[in-house]
Amino acid sequence: MLGFALRRLLGAIPTLIVIVTLSFFVMRLAPGGPFDTQRRLPPEIERNIAAAYHLDKPLYEQYFLYLGRLAHFDLGPSYRTKDFSVARLIGEGLPVSARLGLSAMALALVFGIGFGVAAALRQNRAADYAVMSFATAGIAIPTFVVAPVLTLIFGVWGVRLFGVDLSLPVGGWNNGALANMILPVAVLALPEIAVIARLVRGSMVEVLRSNFVRTARAKGLPYRVVVLRHALPAALLPLVSYLGPAFAGLLTGSLVVERIFGIPGIGRYFVEGATNRDYTLVLGVVIFYAAFIILLNLLADILYAVLDPRVRYAR
Amino acid sequence: MSITFDDTALDRAFDVRGRSLWVDARRRLLANKAAVASMIVLVVIALAAILAPLLSPYAYDSIDYSVISCAPDWWPGDAIACRAGGAHWFGTDAVGRDLFIRVLYGARVSLAVGIVATLVSLLIGVGYGAIAGFAGRRLDGLMMRFVDVLYSLPYIFLVIVLMVIFNRNFYLTFVAIGAVEWLTMARIVRGQTLSIRHKEFIEAARAAGVGRFATIGRHVIPNVVSPVVVYMSLTIPNVILAESFVSFLGLGIQEPLTSWGVLISQGADQMEAAPWMLIFPSLFMAATLFAFNFIGDGLRDALDPKDR
Repeated sequence: MLGFALRRLLGAIPTLIVIVTLSFFVMRLAPGGPFDTQRRLPPEIERNIAAAYHLDKPLYEQYFLYLGRLAHFDLGPSYRTKDFSVARLIGEGLPVSARLGLSAMALALVFGIGFGVAAALRQNRAADYAVMSFATAGIAIPTFVVAPVLTLIFGVWGVRLFGVDLSLPVGGWNNGALANMILPVAVLALPEIAVIARLVRGSMVEVLRSNFVRTARAKGLPYRVVVLRHALPAALLPLVSYLGPAFAGLLTGSLVVERIFGIPGIGRYFVEGATNRDYTLVLGVVIFYAAFIILLNLLADILYAVLDPRVRYAR
Repeated sequence: MSITFDDTALDRAFDVRGRSLWVDARRRLLANKAAVASMIVLVVIALAAILAPLLSPYAYDSIDYSVISCAPDWWPGDAIACRAGGAHWFGTDAVGRDLFIRVLYGARVSLAVGIVATLVSLLIGVGYGAIAGFAGRRLDGLMMRFVDVLYSLPYIFLVIVLMVIFNRNFYLTFVAIGAVEWLTMARIVRGQTLSIRHKEFIEAARAAGVGRFATIGRHVIPNVVSPVVVYMSLTIPNVILAESFVSFLGLGIQEPLTSWGVLISQGADQMEAAPWMLIFPSLFMAATLFAFNFIGDGLRDALDPKDR
């Protein structure tokens, strides 16, 4: 078990190095640099700036410098945000993004599993069709459409239900106040709810037909026990391997959600960095997220092996 | 002595072969109401996009400062600053351009990106996957390992990086998005190639004396093609989504050209005063994505031989 985890962890290192190399050189293909401005600077100053960031050295030397710093978990200085290191920018955005992402994930799991199971238990009936059409809509309608529309409804027009004002703030973070989190978290979670509901429905339908469920029912267990204790754990297994892609989806969604709602997370730094050609920042975020996803996939594999005794640790 | 050629027998032979997969599949697809409705919706949108300049008296980039952010005449409610009048069926945008024609031009860009980028991903994916599948062993392992590595990159980040690098060049946008979307295609094709190569019906064909190329053409390709076609129909909406996503973030296509992502982004900025600027492009985009998804599902049901 431990050996399996260690082997996989070591296997992740070359993967990361390939990603770093690829991102580094692809980024440098770009015409123009982060210090190109409308105003022409005197050549001495340009030289000084280039020297300060090692941009005057040959490319391969810059690459090894970067790799060396990376080995010390140093992502370098931000080119555009003066006096800030990339690590510090990520560190400032991370708590916000993590809070947003984890809340959305929790919401997605609860509702996704709930809807999926409900649909599977009422297969081919109205509830099933309702869940499935909702799931199709959740997959087909992009985040950046849902977000403004929900903002329009809850933020701009305002909703009153039974005399209670359900209006929500349309933007800002306000240190993670609940009211500020509801809309972004809901928007972020919606597509994941849709995918998870589809996934859980599919595997639940299959599990409900399997022999061990028939055995459990045949020996007279109450239906509720059969579903919750026997069928559900087996049906949730495929969900484990979906965790990695799910988080990747949340990261993608967070780019839009953080921009629309003006939330100071990593996604917003990334988009700003890409627009301003802040190469170290963009590179840092890509590497950080890639490492995060690799780690998550690793965890998912280990979790899967723990949960499903049929899976061997071998290979 | 002349050689006689029995055309009818040949035709019948072709008929039988065709019916075994594609004719059957077409019949099943046409029986799927959601898929047929989706195809009609797509054809209408595509035709409107192609014929856009004929459908509206306005040009997509003609600015008219007398009708800034004006509602269409039929828009309900009184709390509206101005009515656009004329043939502005969808109202006007923040610099007085006609929204109807801009939504159709957005459709041009979005559909073109979807199709071209999908073709690029098809080319790379099928080539890469088939080579890996046929090569087998070491090369296969190495090639698929590379795909695994790219998989752990959040692909939208890669698209954004590529967009920035190519300086938002419109044509390279297609290539950039296609170059990122080929991974799953490569996996599918490789898996199919591997599993088909050792199937009994291939062996049977060989035993019956069918030549190597005839075997590939008649038995291998059709079995590889159907999952590829299904996945293609699901790649197109993904690509459209990716382009709109990047455009929404302000990194994609540039003014005065437009895409649905740009229009939705501009609409989101103006949605309090001019909700039509958000609603129309969103509707078109959602309809298109829905349609592609339904067609993809329909194709899968139609082409999957297991469900026969």
